[in-house]
Amino acid sequence: MENLRPIPVQDITREVARLCREANTVLPDDVRSALNQAARLERSAIGRDTLHAILDNAAYAQEAGLALCQDGGVTIVFVDIGEHVHITGGLLSDAVNQGVAQGYSQSFLRGSILDRPFGGRNTGNNTPAIIHTRIVPGNRLTITVLPKGGGADNGSRLTMLIPADGWPGVREFVVDTVKRAGASSCPPLIVGVGIGATFDSVGELAKRALLRDVGTGHPDPMVVQWEKECLEEINRLGIGPQGYGGTVTALAVHIEIAPRHIASIPVAVNLQCHSARKGVSIL
Amino acid sequence: MTVKTITCPIEDPNELRELNAGDQVALSGRLLTARDAAHQALHQLLQDGRPLPVNLKGQVLYYVGPAPAPPGLPIGSAGPTTASRMDVYTPELLDQGIVATIGKGQRSSAVKSALIAHGAVYFGAVGGIGALLARHIRSATPVAFEDLGPEAMYELEVDHFPVIVLVDCSGGDLYELGPSAYRTRL
Repeated sequence: MENLRPIPVQDITREVARLCREANTVLPDDVRSALNQAARLERSAIGRDTLHAILDNAAYAQEAGLALCQDGGVTIVFVDIGEHVHITGGLLSDAVNQGVAQGYSQSFLRGSILDRPFGGRNTGNNTPAIIHTRIVPGNRLTITVLPKGGGADNGSRLTMLIPADGWPGVREFVVDTVKRAGASSCPPLIVGVGIGATFDSVGELAKRALLRDVGTGHPDPMVVQWEKECLEEINRLGIGPQGYGGTVTALAVHIEIAPRHIASIPVAVNLQCHSARKGVSIL
Repeated sequence: MTVKTITCPIEDPNELRELNAGDQVALSGRLLTARDAAHQALHQLLQDGRPLPVNLKGQVLYYVGPAPAPPGLPIGSAGPTTASRMDVYTPELLDQGIVATIGKGQRSSAVKSALIAHGAVYFGAVGGIGALLARHIRSATPVAFEDLGPEAMYELEVDHFPVIVLVDCSGGDLYELGPSAYRTRL
């Protein structure tokens, strides 16, 4: 037990609150440079104007401390807990939710969570968060906050393909998901794809694919090739920024893979709008 | 491209007939907001044959649930939400007198038919630029369903609020016309 490193819950709450504020008001550098590059590549004039408006919004939101988008989304919090960490003074989930409540209330971010599927009330402070935990080696605690807007999650899909469908079946499902979502998921998109694992796990795999810096390829060269194929096909759809027509419908496709059952190819496609907000802190 | 200016609410809906899909328009005057829960509430009142809390004649309905106003500002970030979630309610609200809606994303064919029948239009505001759009909003006053929080109906006073015509009075649809020039894959 002498190797355990104590981390008080107050530290977790404080960091989560800070990340909620930062993520919602400051567009990450990787997303900005991807948007800048898109503005140079986009062939449609209205598409370029739209990309410039998105970049102007990011600059103004940061300067004024305003939410990039009124939809601060569902607050998804990934916590990687080093096996030598001992969280003290309370429960991790309470600490995270207090951080979300403080971050959203104090920074004038919209509460977007109803407490029940039907007949519910808005909880007002965006709690509860969705919390994904993993036990990892070491004595650090890594918190990643991903505010996930409703429009892009609504365009997301999950399917259970079979081995005969193969990679072409997966690619078609990915491209078709983007096509169906059209303008509603606020393109240009970042397309998170999970392939493998099981029905319950593949959705999280797709969501974790969104945590990568935009356009950072997968370590496996074959997966990088799949990512390129999907991106090229998606950008041939002509949807363009905001669906007004153009050559940049997606900024990147990020694929994560996992082992699978011999009978199944679970595929999840999680769409991320251009307001690709995230914040990371290591305690 | 020249930007047309329109004053809201719209006294003479005939001026909407001059608009074509893809036109840029600046809206000044007053807009009404409503999103999912407010639409459900309005629908319930209509079902029950009860009066609506606001007169919808000539109104432009903006699909938005704004972020709370920080100190010194009239409103927080306030960009459009996805319009298709309102599709099932839109025809009956057109019957009640609204002449335009503002949102993002494709509308159903039923909504497009209703827009043509009423000579109404569907405007788009760019999604995800709510901080910039809020600069065109001078005031926000709750007018109905206040208990719904961000989903309440507000009256927004706007100044040159930038929109684009997504579906015009003849059913011309920018989401069909725009992408067709760049589509190389079905």
